[in-house]
Amino acid sequence: MRTKYFLALTVAVLLGGGMLLFANPPAGSGSISGKITYTGTPPKMKPIDMSKEPSCAKQHTTPVLTQNVTTGPGNTLQWVVVYISAGEQEAAAPSQAVRYDQKGCEYIPHVLPMLAAQELQIYNDDQTSHNIHPLAKVNSEWNKSQPPGSPPIDTKWEKPEFIPVKCNIHPWMHGYFVVLKTSHYAVSGEDGSFEIKGLPAGKYTVTAWQEQYGSQNQDVVISGSENKTANFAFKVLPY
Amino acid sequence: MGKVFAVALIIITLVSVYPIFAHTWWPPPTISTTGPGVDHQMDETLAGTGFLFISSQLILAGFVWAFSSGKGKIKTWPGGATPVVAFGIIIVGLEILSLTFVGSKVWASMYMVPANEHALHVDVQAEQFAFFFRYPGPDGVFGPIHAEKISDGTGNYFGLDPANDVSARDDVVVGSLTIPVNTPILLTLHSKDMIHNFYVPELRLQQDIVPGLDIPLHFTATKAGRYEIVCTQLCGLGHYSMRAFLDVMSQSDYDSWLKQQSGD
Repeated sequence: MRTKYFLALTVAVLLGGGMLLFANPPAGSGSISGKITYTGTPPKMKPIDMSKEPSCAKQHTTPVLTQNVTTGPGNTLQWVVVYISAGEQEAAAPSQAVRYDQKGCEYIPHVLPMLAAQELQIYNDDQTSHNIHPLAKVNSEWNKSQPPGSPPIDTKWEKPEFIPVKCNIHPWMHGYFVVLKTSHYAVSGEDGSFEIKGLPAGKYTVTAWQEQYGSQNQDVVISGSENKTANFAFKVLPY
Repeated sequence: MGKVFAVALIIITLVSVYPIFAHTWWPPPTISTTGPGVDHQMDETLAGTGFLFISSQLILAGFVWAFSSGKGKIKTWPGGATPVVAFGIIIVGLEILSLTFVGSKVWASMYMVPANEHALHVDVQAEQFAFFFRYPGPDGVFGPIHAEKISDGTGNYFGLDPANDVSARDDVVVGSLTIPVNTPILLTLHSKDMIHNFYVPELRLQQDIVPGLDIPLHFTATKAGRYEIVCTQLCGLGHYSMRAFLDVMSQSDYDSWLKQQSGD
């Protein structure tokens, strides 16, 4: 009788555990961190003249610069997306939305990573109309006007893609939607550093993507709750 | 009833010519060397057409008044309708022809006379929905344009290729047109996408910018200040916001501005 009871309990625990295990990608405690640097002379970012849109111009005390190659102290690069490109199963989109702002005639953040099918909310915080135009190729392309005071545009992208974003009214506005199939990603900060957390043990390919200089890969093996370092260096040109 | 109509005609005529006599919607004072010629031509046109408009309306009102009682009736015009029509065609034709001949002198002074050989050359790129301006930089030479290199996101509005073209490296690209006062300016207008227009009311210049064409336009500004450049060809959703500024400044201010732009 007692043996039977234990057997049933064991089966229940195994079944339950198994269901938990396969329902969601396992959350691990490993992490990958590093720095994005460059070698060579980077191009000078150009000041943007917003005088035709006074409501935006007055929000900036110093001229806004183009952001396609944003450098930091110690030859570091900002706005580089680092993500797991191989070695794990696809993640389901989380329920919380990602937020994209049009503020001072700039896209904030300049590069926005998200998961495929994740809710994306686009806000116009300016006193002028914007017309947001994501130049999607894999997903379907659209553009939408958003006068000041409009509710946010609620949308999502179905397939992974690097989508350049432009404003059809203010030609200098430029950014990227980076649609991924992994939930393990990070964007390099002002000092070029990044950290991808919550990785279970495994062998991964880590990819770093920069909008002008493309992608680089590294293989990283995580065993248990350790932190591995992966640094990337992009070769840049002044022109 | 006929007398009421005659009075209404006179009132409509007076109300419609009042804003012209009162200069209610008059253009701003001109700042261009060719501007006074345009203004003179405008005055002549308004005087000629105004005289014909007012006199024809008054004559019409007079006839309506005189024959409104229904007693006297014009059955025939001496000689029939033909001389009246011929007379009208000749009068209006002479007016249009004389305006064309006199006006073409003004037009030719702006378009048929080549720009001063020492004119300051500025390249203009129009696109939905902004203007961009390019100066050749210290070497005095514009870098060649490669349409396939145009990229708004990286600030390459003209399609320059500084990696391969040395002359493109020092080109100065800005969002406002800055020029020295009393200096001949030669613009070359390009459009990236569709028809736009370069209009500065104070310069009395309004020129379409047609994709695929390099359109020259020259002028000399005579007064320092900030003026608005607007697009006057409906070019899409953001047309209302398509504008830039013309900054006219002294030669020394211009020199230091240009030095600052090309210094870094």
